[in-house]
Amino acid sequence: MTDTDTGDWPRAIFEVLEAARVRQVAYVPDAGHKDLILRCAAARDLRMVPLTTEEEGVALLAGAWLGGDRGVLLTQSSGLGNCINMLSLTRVCRFPLLMLVTMRGEAGEFNPWQVPMGANAAELLRLTGTAVHRAEEAGEVGPAVAQAAQAVFERPGAAESAAAVLIAQRLVGIKTFDIGDSR
Amino acid sequence: MTGTLIQTRSEGYPLRRREVAARLVADRGGLLVVGGLGAPSWDLTAAGDDARNFPLWGAMGGAAMIGLGLALAQPGHRVLVVTGDGEMLMGLGAFASIAVQAPTNLAVVVLDNERYGETGMQATHTAGPTNLSAVAAGAGIPVVGDVYDAAQLEAALPRIRAEPGPVFFNIKVRAEDLPLALPPKDGVELKTRFREALLGPGSRSG
Repeated sequence: MTDTDTGDWPRAIFEVLEAARVRQVAYVPDAGHKDLILRCAAARDLRMVPLTTEEEGVALLAGAWLGGDRGVLLTQSSGLGNCINMLSLTRVCRFPLLMLVTMRGEAGEFNPWQVPMGANAAELLRLTGTAVHRAEEAGEVGPAVAQAAQAVFERPGAAESAAAVLIAQRLVGIKTFDIGDSR
Repeated sequence: MTGTLIQTRSEGYPLRRREVAARLVADRGGLLVVGGLGAPSWDLTAAGDDARNFPLWGAMGGAAMIGLGLALAQPGHRVLVVTGDGEMLMGLGAFASIAVQAPTNLAVVVLDNERYGETGMQATHTAGPTNLSAVAAGAGIPVVGDVYDAAQLEAALPRIRAEPGPVFFNIKVRAEDLPLALPPKDGVELKTRFREALLGPGSRSG
């Protein structure tokens, strides 16, 4: 894919996170979020917290909020399954939780093992009480993240305190998932 | 027969969990506390319900990571996670994630009775060959210790409360059934009162 196709959506996300005063960035390294992770890691006011599994990030960001910090969880769709039980913490306590999800298992997916979580990501999130936004075009990513961030951080304690933005696999790119880089 | 688990060993351990928990939070000053699911949360509550405790009724495997997020947000406060062996076993990766962040103000303590207390006192892996402090050390936690008796507890307490960490101590406690001492069950209430106590009344809306 060329830049014209994708736009610089990682930069758009970064600017939204800065404007939202996010401080803790929790992530499991992910090819789809690679540019955003690099950009965040270069920012002096962001704390990068690599995780061994995505559910750690749900718990981490609950603790961050207890301490007055805002955060974001970067994951790919296959990591959502790891989060399901821990999202009970988010829901019961109405912790703000912003999740940015790069999609796998969609059109052009090379690895069929990514399909079960990718195909069900939106429905699984809705079942946990998480608001789901989806960005199909590069220009939609920034506004979708801004809308989700405002919903979780500016209406804290609302019944629906968690929001996820699903970033379509066609934006993440297919080419980077050739043999040798299949996760 | 369940592998190599030794079902009765912890019934003879000298330390009593309620007394240990009370000592951990005595004269607490600005200490912020996360209680892991089950008995550790009841132990902390028996020592005195406090808005600066965040006792968990769920989120099994998440206590140490909640402590990490809190410790990173509040570097001026000591953060103490008190949890159980079963809860810690469900989130061993947290040791590695904590070690990478290396917050000096975070201490994690496991009250290790070698049992799943809330489900009928079945043996956990620590009733067998598993040693949580060795796991923590292997994950890169720099300050690690084991406590088996009162003298070792006395030596460990100031390190848990003040030594630059991250700190992990595994405290072997007797397997015993104790009366429940329950904190508030409403998660929103627990969150809100904690933030008010720490951040002030302006944080009410969160």
